[in-house]
Amino acid sequence: MHTKTLTELAQGLRSGKFSSLELTHAFLARIKQHQYLNAYITVTEEQALQSAKAADQRLASGNAELLTGIPIAQKDIFCTLDVKTTCGSKMLDNFTAPYNATVVEKFNQAGAVMLGKLNMDEFAMGSSNETSYYGAVKNPWNINTVPGGSSGGSAAAVAARLTVCATGTDTGGSIRQPAALCGITGLKPTYGRVSRYGMIAYASSLDQGGPMTQNAADAAIMLQTMAGFDEKDSTSVDLPVPDYRAGLNNSLAGLKIGLPKEFFGDGLNNDMAATLEIAINEYKKLGAEVKEISMPNLKLAIPAYYVIAPAECSANLSRFDGVRYGYRCKNPVDLADLYTRSRGEAFGKEVKRRILMGTYALSTGYYDAYYLKAQKIRRLISEDFKKALADVDVIMGPVTPTTAFGIGEKMDDPIEMYLSDIYTIAINLAGLPAISIPAGFIRDMPVGLQIIGNYFAEDRLLNVAHQYQKVTNWHHHTPKGFE
Amino acid sequence: MEWETVIGLEIHTQLATQSKIFSGASTAYGAEPNTQACAVDLGLPGVLPVLNQEAVRMAVIFGMAIEAHIAPYSVFARKNYFYPDLPKGYQISQMELPIVGIGHLDIEIDGITKRIGVTRAHLEEDAGKSLHENFLGLTGIDLNRAGTPLLEIVSEPDMRSAKEAVAYMRKLHELVRYLGICDGNMQEGSFRCDANVSVRPKGQTEFGTRAEIKNINSFKFVEKAINHEVERQIELIENGGRVIQETRLYDSVKDETRPMRSKEEANDYRYFPDPDLLPVIIDEDFKSQIKAALPELPQAKKERFKTAYSLDEENATLLTASRQLADYFEAVLKVSGCEAKLCANWITGDLSAALNKAGLEITDSPVSDERLAGLLARISDNTISGKIAKQVFETLWQSTSSADEIIAEKGLKQITDTGAIEAIIDKIIANNQDQVDQYRSGKDKVFAFFVGQVMKEMQGKANPAEVNKMLKTKLAP
Repeated sequence: MHTKTLTELAQGLRSGKFSSLELTHAFLARIKQHQYLNAYITVTEEQALQSAKAADQRLASGNAELLTGIPIAQKDIFCTLDVKTTCGSKMLDNFTAPYNATVVEKFNQAGAVMLGKLNMDEFAMGSSNETSYYGAVKNPWNINTVPGGSSGGSAAAVAARLTVCATGTDTGGSIRQPAALCGITGLKPTYGRVSRYGMIAYASSLDQGGPMTQNAADAAIMLQTMAGFDEKDSTSVDLPVPDYRAGLNNSLAGLKIGLPKEFFGDGLNNDMAATLEIAINEYKKLGAEVKEISMPNLKLAIPAYYVIAPAECSANLSRFDGVRYGYRCKNPVDLADLYTRSRGEAFGKEVKRRILMGTYALSTGYYDAYYLKAQKIRRLISEDFKKALADVDVIMGPVTPTTAFGIGEKMDDPIEMYLSDIYTIAINLAGLPAISIPAGFIRDMPVGLQIIGNYFAEDRLLNVAHQYQKVTNWHHHTPKGFE
Repeated sequence: MEWETVIGLEIHTQLATQSKIFSGASTAYGAEPNTQACAVDLGLPGVLPVLNQEAVRMAVIFGMAIEAHIAPYSVFARKNYFYPDLPKGYQISQMELPIVGIGHLDIEIDGITKRIGVTRAHLEEDAGKSLHENFLGLTGIDLNRAGTPLLEIVSEPDMRSAKEAVAYMRKLHELVRYLGICDGNMQEGSFRCDANVSVRPKGQTEFGTRAEIKNINSFKFVEKAINHEVERQIELIENGGRVIQETRLYDSVKDETRPMRSKEEANDYRYFPDPDLLPVIIDEDFKSQIKAALPELPQAKKERFKTAYSLDEENATLLTASRQLADYFEAVLKVSGCEAKLCANWITGDLSAALNKAGLEITDSPVSDERLAGLLARISDNTISGKIAKQVFETLWQSTSSADEIIAEKGLKQITDTGAIEAIIDKIIANNQDQVDQYRSGKDKVFAFFVGQVMKEMQGKANPAEVNKMLKTKLAP
């Protein structure tokens, strides 16, 4: 059962081939069997079995939704009522939220069965899942390599079939990069499409939740449930949610694809370039037209991002102070001691690094030079994309500079680590939607293709991805030992 | 050397919204600690603020009342600092783009009007409270107040004495209550003041170094705190010292200010736009809606009372001190159909005295506008005299009967029957020949004696005008 897609499983549940309870048992067994991947922080076995029983009743009564009875796992950044939410940090190792994130609530309403909470980089800061307090997640394609991050647990779990689908969040590439490195499909929606309520904030103006699945058709089903205006999130956008499955089979004849020369220049290695070229040729066969475009400000994305995201995170993480919840140091002697030791002992190195960078960038005397300048660059990058997307329907490019790198390889070199998001970060700065889909292998490790669309054009992205997946089988590959 | 004082005030007014500025929790005062703080107020992970539109509306009302520029585009910013009663580690406030821009407020000092500039007014959330007592050396945190909407109103350094500062503060206090945007309760902290105070040699154009005195919560203390601070600064400079820029706390028990923190120790608040909130856009439509619904402002009301009702300055000022009192007056006037002066005198006189004595506000008056109007109508149509009316008023205050019922029950109806009055007058003149002689020989004062005797005989029910007239005729030599 575990090799089947969400779409297939939803049909199986309806036709009575298996029950949600059987499905849930099967996935729970796989999670146990492959614990060494470290994909889950918390497994909610008892709760999952209960929801599965309820889902089976709902399926029998005929008022089920597509996700009813489908096993799903939540990135541990989404708050879950009565189940601890750690955000991958020692700081929240003891934290259980008194509410569900809007996204979690929506999946619950749809009758999806939550298997547990997935590992991630601490507070979503990292590109390898190695900053997690709960230890690194292993890439099922090669357990000596990283799954990417920050949604590394989500990507590894979907790739290893330890869940049917998972949620992720993407601030600078945290859905797309791990999706690429683990050979799955990951969609970062337009900023504002999915509610951020109950999703622990890293960089509020960039964070966006999205689906991580085996293929685009499954992502369409997940997004259908996740998307929509939420009155609890002022930055969510009050626009109607289209039927994401309705346009999946639209023809790509005449589709205009833009290829930014900045994406395909010297920085991209030959293997990657060659793999992507084959993928783009598939699109040509499907009737698409390809055009080279230029977005001169793309090169400024990483420096701008590493001012804006840390600046926002420096404030967002101030609430973790040992006063009301979360980690508190032992025997504080006074207030300053309570603050400094609680935070000092509970935050990891990368989190501290970003808090310090952000605090510095916002300080009197530096604000204009860093924060304001970065905001200007952000506008320039958005303008580049707007101009480009006036001419083409979608933009394509790599997701990552390389395939998955070794565990421990980049941990001592933050700059090198930051550069692994070089192709994804600009999209967050512009607030655009983008999807990463499996597009081949280099030395048996998966490669992702990134497709970037216009604001709220998730339906178009899913259509473009789905048409490719109809004529290719990269997304059907399962890592050895997980078939 | 002669010194000049320069004062600017920052006034925090708690807006009278039902719920908090960024959450749905109640703003009611006095609940058990932490019972009115929801997940958003507690700053739990993942929660997001949602702006209360009512707070925006109130800020715009205020801006219009002081003829200020209303920003079409204003932005919330995070003010970062750590404190246990600040759950998020930042306060959501407004920095570069406040909702209300430059405006003004006129104050009156010794009959002279002075215009005080308002630099800006911005929306922000209040913090919680740290409770240092009764926790065995630990600190308790009450987050009920966290997230209460505040409008911080910042004045220009236009005031030159503590007296002016108090006049400005009172004027503002009156205005926000008039507008119905703040309950003005200073004990509960709904209206708090920080004062920026400096001194300079008279004639010098540049300002001296200022000290900021924090959290002064009464008119009396503002005056005392400023005067104290001015003395301190002058003494310091005259003894060769130098004022340093710092934040000072006023101790009302010791009547002194003492330093809290200097500029060097001051926080770098690292303001930046809050990415969780959209900019506040205010269009002309919204402004004209608010303008149409804007209540008549105190100054305009006072002028109208003077011209339309021919009230004197004193009565007009007293009656427009609060919107509720002014409304009461106009209701009495309308229902009774009496002369405005009579209504005004009764309200600012007997009624106000009784309210003061009982410690009540006009809104809690046991004598409703309608019942007072009933009484005044009977004075006006000569059913009772002013003196009897005072008796009736006392009963009105204590009972629920109408003036007419009281007059009928106690038989207080005034006697206007000239025959009855004449008979009494004749009797009194006959029995007091000495006094009659005195009066006729030019001692006018004795006249009052006759009036008193007649009134006494008639238990105060005689029409005084009639008595006067008749006595004058009868006593004429």
